[in-house]
Amino acid sequence: MNSLTKMNETVPTIYEQMVSRGVDRRDFLKFCAWMGAYLGLEHSATAQIAHAIETKRRLPVVWMHFQECTCCSESFLRSSHPIVADILLDKVSLDYTETLQAAAGFQSEEILQETITKYKGEYLLLIEGSIPLGADGAYCVIAGKSALDTVREVAAGAKAIIAWGNCASAGCVQAANPNPTQAMPVSAILKDKTVINVQGCPPIAEVMAGVLVHVLTFDRLPQLDSLGRPKAFYSRRVHDTCARRANYDAGLFVETFDDENARQGYCLYKVGCKGPTTYNSCSTMKWNNGTSYPIQSGHGCIGCSEAKFWDNGPFYQRLTNFPGFGIEATADKVGLTVGGVVAAGALTHAVLTNFRKHEEIGEQPGEKATPPTPPSVKP
Amino acid sequence: MNRSHDYQRVYVWEQPVRWFHWINALCIVVLGVTGFLIAHPPALMNSREASFSYWFGTVRFIHFLTAYVFMANFAFRLYWSFMGNKYANWRGFFPLTKAQLRQIWDVLKVDIFQFSNKPVETLSHNSMAYFTYTATGLLTIFQIISGFALYAPTSSSWFPRLFTWVVPLFGSEATLRMFHYSALWVFAVFTVVHVYLVFYHDYVEGHGVISSIVGGWKFMEKGQIEVEQATGMSAFPAKKTAPLPARKSAPLP
Repeated sequence: MNSLTKMNETVPTIYEQMVSRGVDRRDFLKFCAWMGAYLGLEHSATAQIAHAIETKRRLPVVWMHFQECTCCSESFLRSSHPIVADILLDKVSLDYTETLQAAAGFQSEEILQETITKYKGEYLLLIEGSIPLGADGAYCVIAGKSALDTVREVAAGAKAIIAWGNCASAGCVQAANPNPTQAMPVSAILKDKTVINVQGCPPIAEVMAGVLVHVLTFDRLPQLDSLGRPKAFYSRRVHDTCARRANYDAGLFVETFDDENARQGYCLYKVGCKGPTTYNSCSTMKWNNGTSYPIQSGHGCIGCSEAKFWDNGPFYQRLTNFPGFGIEATADKVGLTVGGVVAAGALTHAVLTNFRKHEEIGEQPGEKATPPTPPSVKP
Repeated sequence: MNRSHDYQRVYVWEQPVRWFHWINALCIVVLGVTGFLIAHPPALMNSREASFSYWFGTVRFIHFLTAYVFMANFAFRLYWSFMGNKYANWRGFFPLTKAQLRQIWDVLKVDIFQFSNKPVETLSHNSMAYFTYTATGLLTIFQIISGFALYAPTSSSWFPRLFTWVVPLFGSEATLRMFHYSALWVFAVFTVVHVYLVFYHDYVEGHGVISSIVGGWKFMEKGQIEVEQATGMSAFPAKKTAPLPARKSAPLP
């Protein structure tokens, strides 16, 4: 932590800031215990988290907004634990963010430049939104610079890069077919850097907080899966911890949303639930202070923490549309059509064969002329 | 048509090849049916608690179990393409010589579109069929890889985990699942064409193609065997250089 101690020593630690804002010791430790549990750490790690927050000074944060709807920020603000929003998202920690900063115009650009030069290699870069490449990046221009140029500039000296939500992780709705702005995820732009993809539309607030706490506590990136998502939160399918899972294995399915099976709380697989192919913590952490999550409230998972979930629609159908055959062409429709054509072709071919191959089929001239002579039977 | 009807019995499909064929056929049927059920579970409702029934879980279990058999069987066939007789040899599955390409064209002309009636006689598969089996073999490999990649998250075994790298290539499991499921239709269409054409060849040519996959023997006009050996169409260099085992007609007692 030499680099951070070089920073202004007069700046209070994160814990000191919490205390000054009225957080008592008990609540602070509860927060640490929560975060440890979310991250899947053993109990002793609570002390490690507490120690990190007590001793570490503010971590400079740059939160960029590109092509997005700010639902990631909104989700983060609604974290079940107020400390996250109050302290980590506090204006003291957040050096630059278009949505919340008081500064505007040249002033705000000055702050950004100051942060990325003064804290080179120390600041945390959080990105919300995809980056458009179409029309030379003209679809998203901030302070006269395209999102592409900005993200490259800001990422150069970042300590860690976190992509919030599906937009920054996989392009989300902007990148859906036909992707008019050529929206790209952050990882496709910064190919030489490791990007933490905190997936979801939006991600769960506690997941966002947990990733930040991990980076803060251990001073390194969390373990990531093959798609760049933190394993602590994205290693299990929504399906695996789903409350309706027993109905799936028993073959009890909701057929329509207004049938008796829906009232019984059966599995939503047949009405398009994408839980079996979606990796997220919805069914364990749930949303809004652990109140509920889509499947619990009777709606299938739409797979918002997976790439291309808009193109893998429709949401209310299990089978996804097959690419290249237009809208509403599932594998079944294509397969049945091809199968029908082939079966009809075979039938026609069979009829044709009897005419065209007449000579080859049946009794051959040679066969008729010389009936096989029975072998001489010895007594 | 003045064709010789002096037939000779030729042992074409060795026992391992026949076992492979039927195990493979059974696997495709089981995987196809269970795969279709997994994609479209029927509404088999009952009033019991979910914890007392497990039919959908059982269907999935059968699918996964059969997948292992399917894979092992295919792996064995790959091995046999190096060890088996010349009709099973791997070289046949890459019909790239001029003569083989011409034969593909001949098959299309004679058997599929029937412009011409000159028969295409081959002891094993014709080049067109070999080419088709190469394609289905590649599809089999895709099904094995994509299937185990989709199965990996529900398994704690090391083996399916070897295939987790496939998912990032397709972006998400939902996309991979769609391709895995679509291949079911390719196998279904293949089965229709395959079964039809086997009957067609048996009916038109009378070589006993259908029974050959049970017993291994085909019937061939003696002249045709000589022609084939002369043109070398199916005679790829193989380990066993012994002449074709012609069955001697045993004198009746």
